[in-house]
Amino acid sequence: MFKRRHLIGIEDLKREEIDHILDTADSMLEVSTRNVKKVPALRGKTVVNLFFENSTRTRISFELAAKRLSADLLNFSGSSSSLSKGETFRDTVQNIEAMHPDIFVIRHAASGSAQYLSSFTKYSVVNAGDGAHEHPTQALLDALTIRQKKGSLDGLKVTIVGDVLHSRVARSNIFLLRNYNTRITLSGPVPLVPEEFKELGVEVEYDLDKALEGSDIVMMLRIQRERLSGIFFPSLREYRKYYQMTPERMKRADKNALLLHPGPINRGVELMKEVADGEQSVILDQVTNGVAVRMAVLYLISGGTNELDH
Amino acid sequence: MKIKAKIMDSRKIAAALKRLAMEVVERNHDLKNTAIVGIRTRGVFLGERIQKMIEKSEGVTLPLGILDITLYRDDLSTVGPHPLVKGTEIPFDVSGKDIILVDDVLFSGRTVRAALDSIVDFGRPNSIQLLVLIDRGHRELPIQADYVGKILPTSRRENVELKLKETDGADEVRIVEEE
Amino acid sequence: MSLIIKKGRVVDPAQKLNEETDLLIDGGKVVKIGKNLSVPGAETVDAKGLLVFPGLIDMHVHLREPGFEYKETIASGGRAAAAGGFTSIAAMPNTLPMNDNEGITSFIVDKAAAESPVRVFPISAVSREQEGKELVEMGSIVEAGAVAFSEDGFPIRSPLILRRALEFQKTLGKIIIEHAEDLVLSGEGVAHASAFTYKLGLKGIPFSSETAAIARDIEILREFGGKIHFAHLSSRFSVELVERAKRDGLQVTAEVTPHHLLLNEDLLSTYSPLYKTKPPLREEKDRLSLVDALAKGIIDVIATDHAPHSQDEKELEFDFAPFGVIGLETAAGLIYDRLVSTKLISLERFVEVLSLNPAKILGLSGKGTLAVGSDGDVTLFDPEKSVVVDCERFQSLARNTPFQGWKAKGWPVMTFVAGRRVF
Repeated sequence: MFKRRHLIGIEDLKREEIDHILDTADSMLEVSTRNVKKVPALRGKTVVNLFFENSTRTRISFELAAKRLSADLLNFSGSSSSLSKGETFRDTVQNIEAMHPDIFVIRHAASGSAQYLSSFTKYSVVNAGDGAHEHPTQALLDALTIRQKKGSLDGLKVTIVGDVLHSRVARSNIFLLRNYNTRITLSGPVPLVPEEFKELGVEVEYDLDKALEGSDIVMMLRIQRERLSGIFFPSLREYRKYYQMTPERMKRADKNALLLHPGPINRGVELMKEVADGEQSVILDQVTNGVAVRMAVLYLISGGTNELDH
Repeated sequence: MKIKAKIMDSRKIAAALKRLAMEVVERNHDLKNTAIVGIRTRGVFLGERIQKMIEKSEGVTLPLGILDITLYRDDLSTVGPHPLVKGTEIPFDVSGKDIILVDDVLFSGRTVRAALDSIVDFGRPNSIQLLVLIDRGHRELPIQADYVGKILPTSRRENVELKLKETDGADEVRIVEEE
Repeated sequence: MSLIIKKGRVVDPAQKLNEETDLLIDGGKVVKIGKNLSVPGAETVDAKGLLVFPGLIDMHVHLREPGFEYKETIASGGRAAAAGGFTSIAAMPNTLPMNDNEGITSFIVDKAAAESPVRVFPISAVSREQEGKELVEMGSIVEAGAVAFSEDGFPIRSPLILRRALEFQKTLGKIIIEHAEDLVLSGEGVAHASAFTYKLGLKGIPFSSETAAIARDIEILREFGGKIHFAHLSSRFSVELVERAKRDGLQVTAEVTPHHLLLNEDLLSTYSPLYKTKPPLREEKDRLSLVDALAKGIIDVIATDHAPHSQDEKELEFDFAPFGVIGLETAAGLIYDRLVSTKLISLERFVEVLSLNPAKILGLSGKGTLAVGSDGDVTLFDPEKSVVVDCERFQSLARNTPFQGWKAKGWPVMTFVAGRRVF
C-alpha cells in the first residue's frame, strides 16, 4: 500500500513502495496503448507543473501523464514569469495555491526546493528534479525499463558514467538500486566522481573499461559541456578519449547489457551515435516508461494520506 | 466476523456456472461474435470457467479479456490510499462484439458502471451482457444482470463472501456479518 | 547617580574574582567592590542568586546601517545586543556606503551615541570598497573611532594589501580581523563539502577554502609582523593552524560563533536557509574540535557574526538565500546552557571569551573587567532562568535564527552600560 502524499526523493522510499509504484506503472503502460488513451482516475484534479528550470521533456511527460488520468493541467514556467519581477518562490506558489490545485509537480535548479515546497504547501508535491539532489521519477522509469528487459533488478551490475557530481539522476538511481541486490559502480573524471560517493554504498572506478567489465546496465549521464569543460575536465577531446561510450567500449559490458540515458543526449560527447541508436540502447523505452511511471506516481500520491509526510 | 449461512459449495457453484454457460450459448446464436470480459479479480476466474465450459460443449473458444476497473472507480477521491491497479488486458477489438461481462457478486452496481465506462473506451461493442454468480440486491444504480447464478436476498449489514479455488483455495459462497 | 548591585556572584577573571559580593558604580565607573556596600541615595539592584559579569562584548556584528536599514539598524541592533546581555558590540564595515572612510565611521559613532543602548565600535574596511586595491585612510579612520580593520564578508583579497595593513598596524595598533576564505575554492559553494552534502546535492565549500587563506595570512604575518584575529573558525584544520601559529609565538587570535559551536551540517538535510552560513556548518568532528579549542585557549573569543536579513530575503531556496544568521539575543544563554552547564568550558572561560578577550583584542580600555576604575558595564545573568527561544520576541528586526524553539536554562536578565540599565 502506498500512503505518501508527496514524492520528494527516492532516498526515503522503502523497497516495497518502489515495487508498488513500478507495479502500478506496469498497469499504466497499457492505458497508453488503447485507442482512447485516457482513464477517469484523476478527473476533477488539478495538476500544476511548476517548472522553474527549463525541461521540455520532463514537463511534457508529466503533462501527458496527468492528461491520461483525466486531470486538468496547468503549466507554470518560472523563468518566464514572476521570478524575474522579484517575486519569491513562496509568493509564486501561494499565488497558484489560491487557485486550489491538487498536485504540484516541481522542477527547480536549487537542491532541496521540492522539500522546501512541501514544507509550506498543503497540496501534494512531486519532485521533477531539484538541483543536483534527486529526480525520483527518472530513477523509477529507469528501474521500470530495466525490470521489463531483465525481469528483475536483483543480481545486476550497474555502471553509471559521467557527471555524477552534478547529477540528480545518478543520486536517485543510486538510492533506488541499493534497495535491491545490485552492484553499482561509478565512473568518470575524478572531479565529477568524488570518492565521497563511496559512502552511499557504491564503488568508484576511474578506468571506464574496468568499470564496464561484466556490466548488465550502463547508465550514461549528460555532460553539460559549457559548464564543465576546462575546470572539471581539461577538454572535450580529453573527455571523449577516456569516458565517451563507443561501440568498442560497450563490448566490455555484458553482451546483453542495456544502455540507458536520461536525455537529452549530447551526441558525440558522452556517447557515440552508434551506441545511442544501437541495439542495446533502451533510450526510447525510457521515454515511453516515463509517462507510465508518472501516471503511477500521480495516481498513487493523490490517494496518499498525511501519515508519512515529512 | 460471524458466519450466518453457507449458501453454495463447490458442486453448487459448478452447477450454477454450467447453467449460466448454457444460457449464454442459447442467447448468443452466433458465438463467433461473442467475447468474455472478466472483472478483476474473481470475475476473471469465473469468466475463464465459463469459457472452458462453452469450449467443452460447443467446441468454440471465446476470447477472454481482463478488466481492472480501479482507474474508473467513482470513489477514488474518497478512499484513502489508492488501491493497486493490476492492469487491463483485452487482447481483441471490442468493436462490434457481444461482450459477456462477468463479475462475482452484483451489489450496488457501481463496479459494473465503471466496467461499462471502461469497455466503451476500448471501442463500440454491439452489446454488453452482464453475468454474475450472485445478485445480493441493494442496487444504487439502474443496473441489472442478464445472467444470474443465484439471487441472494441480504441485509445491508451482511456481507456475501465468495471464495474461489484459484484465489482462495476452495469454492464457497457464504453470508457473513460484522460483529 | 550611583548604583549598587548587591549580593550577586561577581565573575571577573581579570581580577581572578568569583565570589558573592556587592558592586558600586558611580559616574559610569566601578568605584568599589566589597560586601555589604551601602551609599545613601544609591539605587540598588538585588542580584542575589544572579551572576555578575563584566559587560559582554560581541566583536563581530553586522548592523546594516547605513544602507540596509530594513534588515537592522544601529538602534535595533543595539537593543538586540542589550537584550542578549552585550554592553559593547563591534560593527563590521559592509554597509552601503561601506565603512571605508572617516565619514561613515563618525556617522556610526554618532548615531550609536544617540540611538543605541549599548556601545558600538565601528570596524573599518581594510581597502577601499573592500576591493583589495587601495588601503583606506587608516589613520584618520582610527581617529574617527574605528577599533579594527576587516574586509568581513570577504577575505583580504590582496596579500600585498594585507602586508601593508600589517605594517601600518605598527603605528596605529589596531587589530586586523580576517574573514579567512579562498573565494575561488569556495566557488558557488553553499555548504560544507562532504559526503553528506554531496548526497544532498549541495555545492561544497572545502576545508581548504578556509585553511589555505589562514595559512597565507600566517606566513605573511610571520615575515612582516603584526597581529591578526581570525573571524569565525569553522574547521578542525583551522584550529590546528591557529594552534601552531600561537605555538610559534605569532600574535594570532581567533574567534568562533555560537552556531559553529552548537550546530553541524546534519541540519542541512532540512534544506532550511536558516542553516546557510559562511563559513558553512561543518562536521560534528569540527564542532567538537572548536569546543575543545575554545576550552583550551586556542580560540580566544566567541563572537556571533550577527548577520540580520529580512524574512523575504532569507526564506528562499537554499541555493539562493543569503548566508548568515543572527545571534545577539541567543548567544550568552545558549552557550551557558550547552557549554558551561555541561562543564565543557568553565564559567571563568565563558567570561573571558565573551568579555575580557574581545576587550583586549580590540584594545577597549576599561572594558572586559569590573576592576575598580573600569567602565560600569555589567551583565546580570540568571543561571536558573528557563527560556524557550522565540524569535518573534526579538528586539532585532531580523528573525533568521537557527535556534528557534531551543530551550536553555540560564539567561541574561539585566544589562547596564556605564551604570545605567539598558535592559
